[in-house]
Amino acid sequence: MDLKLKIWRQSGPDAKGEFKEYPIQDISKDSSFLEMMDVLNEQLVSKGEEPVAFDHDCREGICGMCSLFINGRPHGPDDAITTCQLHMRKFHDGETVTIEPWRAKPFPIIKDLMVDRSAFDEIIQAGGFVSVSTGGVPDANAIPIKKVNADLAMDAAACIGCGACVAACKNASAMLFVSAKVSQFALLPQGRVEAKERVEKMVAKMDDIGFGNCTNTYACEAECPKEISVANIARMNREFFAAKVS
Amino acid sequence: MTKIDSKIPEGPLAEKWTNYKNHQNLVNPANKIKIDIIVVGTGLAGGAAAASLGEMGFNVKVFCIQDSPRRAHSIAAQGGINAAKNYPNDGDSVYRLFYDTVKGGDYRAREANVYRLAEVSNNIIDQCVAQGVPFAREYGGTLDNRSFGGALVSRTFYARGQTGQQLLLGAYSALSKEINKGSVELFTRREMLDLVKIDGKARGIIVRNLVTGKLERHSAHAVLVASGGYGNVFFLSTNAMTSNGGAAWRSYKRGAFFGNPSFVQIHPTCIPVHGDFQSKLTLMSESLRNDGRIWVPKKKEDAGKIQKGELRPTEIAEDDRDYYLERRYPAFGNLVPRDVASRAAKERCDAGFGVGTTGLAVYLDFKHAIGRLGKNVIEARYGNLFQMYEKIVDENPYETPMMIYPAIHYAMGGIWVDYELQTTVPGLFFGGEANFSDHGANRLGASALMQGLSDGYFVLPYTMQNYLADQITVPRYDINSKEFEQTEKDVQERIDKLISVKGDETVDSFHKRLGLIMWDNVGMARTKEGLEKAIKEISALRKEFYQRVKVPGDKSGMNVELEKALRVADFLELGELMARDALNRSESCGGHFREESKTPEGEALRDDENFTYVSAWEFKGNDVEPELHKEPLTYENIEVKQRNYKTA
Amino acid sequence: MSNLLSLSSVAKKIWMSLMGLFLFTFLLVHLSLNLTMITSPDSGLFNEAAHFMGTNPFIQVFQWVLFAGFIVHIILGLILQVQNWMARPNAYKKKASSEQSFFSKYMIHTAVVIFVFLIIHFLNFFLVAKGLIGEIGEVTIDGVTMEDMAGLVFDLFANPAYVVFYIIALLFLGFHLDHGIQSAFQSLGLNHPKYTPCIKNAGRLLAIVITLGYVLIPLVIYFTK
Repeated sequence: MDLKLKIWRQSGPDAKGEFKEYPIQDISKDSSFLEMMDVLNEQLVSKGEEPVAFDHDCREGICGMCSLFINGRPHGPDDAITTCQLHMRKFHDGETVTIEPWRAKPFPIIKDLMVDRSAFDEIIQAGGFVSVSTGGVPDANAIPIKKVNADLAMDAAACIGCGACVAACKNASAMLFVSAKVSQFALLPQGRVEAKERVEKMVAKMDDIGFGNCTNTYACEAECPKEISVANIARMNREFFAAKVS
Repeated sequence: MTKIDSKIPEGPLAEKWTNYKNHQNLVNPANKIKIDIIVVGTGLAGGAAAASLGEMGFNVKVFCIQDSPRRAHSIAAQGGINAAKNYPNDGDSVYRLFYDTVKGGDYRAREANVYRLAEVSNNIIDQCVAQGVPFAREYGGTLDNRSFGGALVSRTFYARGQTGQQLLLGAYSALSKEINKGSVELFTRREMLDLVKIDGKARGIIVRNLVTGKLERHSAHAVLVASGGYGNVFFLSTNAMTSNGGAAWRSYKRGAFFGNPSFVQIHPTCIPVHGDFQSKLTLMSESLRNDGRIWVPKKKEDAGKIQKGELRPTEIAEDDRDYYLERRYPAFGNLVPRDVASRAAKERCDAGFGVGTTGLAVYLDFKHAIGRLGKNVIEARYGNLFQMYEKIVDENPYETPMMIYPAIHYAMGGIWVDYELQTTVPGLFFGGEANFSDHGANRLGASALMQGLSDGYFVLPYTMQNYLADQITVPRYDINSKEFEQTEKDVQERIDKLISVKGDETVDSFHKRLGLIMWDNVGMARTKEGLEKAIKEISALRKEFYQRVKVPGDKSGMNVELEKALRVADFLELGELMARDALNRSESCGGHFREESKTPEGEALRDDENFTYVSAWEFKGNDVEPELHKEPLTYENIEVKQRNYKTA
Repeated sequence: MSNLLSLSSVAKKIWMSLMGLFLFTFLLVHLSLNLTMITSPDSGLFNEAAHFMGTNPFIQVFQWVLFAGFIVHIILGLILQVQNWMARPNAYKKKASSEQSFFSKYMIHTAVVIFVFLIIHFLNFFLVAKGLIGEIGEVTIDGVTMEDMAGLVFDLFANPAYVVFYIIALLFLGFHLDHGIQSAFQSLGLNHPKYTPCIKNAGRLLAIVITLGYVLIPLVIYFTK
């Protein structure tokens, strides 16, 4: 299939960016979107042009490194997958594909389609952990945990930290990301010990970094490659409320 | 004869580690803050070690190649992590886990290390649960276990199909806690390009900042490298795109011996290759083999028709299907170890019974499991994997059997380390997949996570402390010293050399050509002729690389092509060493299969008399043959037998 | 104001939803009173109710609470919106097309329309009833003389342009409520796999019922009186 790619090029964080158009031919329907980008970059390099910078690593939908806002949607026109799992059969011959970086103040552009998501690490560092040191912990079966809670915690823990929630949200809010981590620990007895401090610190850090406010549009849930539920946001709101009134 | 000392502690096997810990040197709390440690890599081994060392009070600098420590490729492990908890009460024990691991590794692993691994396996589960890792649970609230290839007990703990992710996020959260506390300093988007030695000891590293392109110098009292495996030497593998052998290779060239470089694992259940443009292979969890049955058509003409698209697998009658694993290995059936399953698939495909358009695939069929357990149960167990398969292949595995084929997955080989995980360079430690590890010639499923976390949480924090105990009087190193100056200059020269070629062939193109040589000659079946040919071809390709490679852009700023070129340059040397090691080891063992050494039935045949050793290669200079050192392996607690998966 | 600014994002949302739900209860009370205009034939009941609301000391105090509720909801809404705009200074060039709660995208827009309506409504009724501007007739019911609020309403709803404006404004209120009601529950953490679908449906139903109720009044008055 042949495509017309409209790709955002920006040389650095403060540079002015613009769309550049690249026609590309003979792409197999069975190739993945990033393999299509590889082909483009191979062609650019052969012509002596600078390849398009974009983040990617595991290429199996788990590391959370790949991003891209494709035709108006984070991770492109398919549900519950990352860009690296997107396949070209989701596009039709002759289509114009617009590719932008994720845009949010806390995710500054590094180059082209690559953004800096260290804001997420900062939020985790603020409280996204259980304060236990190595060694000196009880036997794993010493604390029985209801299966339903363990499963819900796993649902929340499935977050890959890709930032699609922020990218999709019209407010660039990070609530789904933050609430997923808060929920995981809130649901488990190990995490309950520090539940109050955790939710307060993580929300404060999120606000401090400059993410937007949640207005319950649920675009985050619709675009999350791991289908993390907005029920986690509600749980975090409860946790926050409980922390503030206690 | 040997320059190598594995430093295995005295005493009976079960007491070695306890004895070691009882007698090791310690650093007092007030002095720990004066000691700097560099950790390269934030996967299970690196992340866990950095967090633990930070908790102990050392001053840790941790480096990762991605934008966040949470993205290390440990995250991609799906199936689970082994531990000898014996929660299901099916007769498991530390000894049995130790035994299975040594046997699975085809008796090419160091007894003492493997026993320690099995011993601390239980602590790992406790630690991870305390961190809030959401392992699967039973309705009663206790932890669930499942069985995995190569074992007769259920000892694998899991978190859906994302065990690696959850364990890594556990280590990442511990690391984040320490970063927040200030004991660990994080450097992201950095790639280690060289090791700095002062007076023979590892004292620092040179990294390239992948965003600014600047070279940076970092000094420390000790360096731990946990940079993962080098499977990407084959170009196509299940490794992540940035996974590379650079840190290990540079350490090798600075004096660390390379152990068993030819031992790589080929995972049997990957999605088959579909085209030339393909960038990587996707693994389907080995757990699928618990319920899926592997087969190819019994008749060659059926296979031919399937390859041409004239026949669908569902149209092949039950009697015309060859469930070759169940046929050849009645006791373990579809659950034989990975190397055995991979080779059996290759054997069928080479004989012309393969399926798919390329003829390089076999079926993994869930028809019987769905019939027996119902679609719901299968969906609950493997739903996400089936979904992933459908997204990639565009076929519904509930209706049509999955197609799978082996792919490069894991490097058992790596930098040679002693019992303390210290290399032959004092002060340089290697952990996780990057060291030659505890898996011998073949790794069992769910053992990689165990080894990574064992090294990171429970071994390195002790052994590194033992080394550092006499370093408290050593002042911090000046990064402007002549050693740092010179090493940075060496790196700069490598970069300049690559950029100045200005040739006409892209880096990826060279990488693919190398991958093809490796896969054809240093892959699943190896011969003397093939390996000799590979050594010649790789050497020629390397020469061509430095004449024709095209690296656009310059060295300042971000330059992805330059990054790749540096990695491929290392692979072009590492690949040759792998071939050399495979050539030297004329026996078959585990994942290393030499056509010259097999039983009449075609099974791998070891040569214990001549090859019960670890090969440790010493770098002797560019274009000079490396020197082979042999670490003899002695088995005092296990009777060495030919592996047998036909009968229990 | 500075207190509101210093609230965390989650706290702002909690206040926002509490105030929203509070204002929603006011809408219900208001609607039930308004409906008396078309249910009781001589509209005496409406005048009596209006008189009660205008003179009862508890209501007199409570109206300031209500007023404060409006102010907090509006100011918080503005702060939230401005912060949300600031969180993405460079907009996407290609229009975002993620699936989402439809009216959630337009809460600020519907709010502006409602706010304008509220001011006009205030000028038309509340301030007139208080005798601060304009003129209002008087009626005597059961010996008590009171403002003829019903007459005021009938006069205004005789004007087709006003009826159209009123209906459009109330439709926007409906849009605002459609997202607002279920959103308030979410912000308060009331999300449950079993009940949330009910809350969403009930929220939408209430938004429709309330809008229809309000819209029905001018239509009935215009076409029957």
